[in-house]
Amino acid sequence: MSNEKNETDFPLWEVFIQSKRGLDHKHVGSLHAADARMAIENARDVYTRRGEGNSIWVVLAEHLHASRPEDQGAFFDPADDKVYRHPTFYVMPEGVKHI
Amino acid sequence: MERSEALFRTVLRLGDNSLVLGHRLSEWCGHGPQLEEDIAQANIALDLLGQARNYLTYAGEIEGKGRTEDDLAYLRTERQFLNVKLAELPKGDYAHTIARSFLFDAFHLPLQQALTKSPDERLAGIAGKAVKEATYHLRHSSEWLVRFGDGTEESHRRAQAAIDGLWMYTGELFAPDEAERTLIEAGILPDLASIKAEWDATVARVLAEATLVRPADGWMARGGKDGQHTEHLGFLLAELQYLPRAFPGAQW
Repeated sequence: MSNEKNETDFPLWEVFIQSKRGLDHKHVGSLHAADARMAIENARDVYTRRGEGNSIWVVLAEHLHASRPEDQGAFFDPADDKVYRHPTFYVMPEGVKHI
Repeated sequence: MERSEALFRTVLRLGDNSLVLGHRLSEWCGHGPQLEEDIAQANIALDLLGQARNYLTYAGEIEGKGRTEDDLAYLRTERQFLNVKLAELPKGDYAHTIARSFLFDAFHLPLQQALTKSPDERLAGIAGKAVKEATYHLRHSSEWLVRFGDGTEESHRRAQAAIDGLWMYTGELFAPDEAERTLIEAGILPDLASIKAEWDATVARVLAEATLVRPADGWMARGGKDGQHTEHLGFLLAELQYLPRAFPGAQW
């Protein structure tokens, strides 16, 4: 498949859904739409049909910039042996959620 | 006409409108112009099917002869269907489907809104659930009509042709039959003239935004409300009713 832009194709959007008030928006997938309004309506139809949604964010996929797989070692491995960065040296109070 | 007979025919019509249009929209499933639109139309079709189930179940109870929603949906002939002709017309191209949905949704939403205030509590309850769905349906069809009308030369031409071709089927929406007149007088059904006023306002606003021209009111098709349909309904029912007709009593 060619990566060249076809003028008759709608651009790709990434969709983020908040399932409950207070929680963060989670990436759920992508879809095609001509503009933001259509993207939100399509997201409503494609990703919230079973009551998953409380709020929808969409962003043009071309506006997302990702780290490169070949950077994985330099980016993430050094954190592996630094346990003192993890907040595991105290007791969590009962009833605390979403941490 | 007796009140119960009028209520039966009117509730049956509400169910038939949703059932028949829902089936038409379901014909896009797997054939939509775009994956996202394919899913949107299937969603809307399912909303309409859900409304049809509620109305047909209630119609069966009013009639009191033990007919279920399935009996009413699957075991009536086309002369016994009371939906408006607008609902049964073939799906056509996508502009045609959108234009038909828009003309229907602009009628359906204010009708369901008004029905939520009906003294008939069952009717008000069913309409209450339908209002949210109808709100989205109108939003969806309006959006697309504006995109087509105010889009390319080709999409504008097709959208205008669809509106022109469908216009003569809009009069029936607001022409009450005897059953509806009985219920309007009894205050159970809203006056269709007040629904027409809201429809006119919505149509004027959206057509203007879509740069489409409102056709002149000419001759209007009638008859669907009396069971006199276009030749298209029989083919639709042949598909819709095939399974229970071929395998009576089938469970699935």
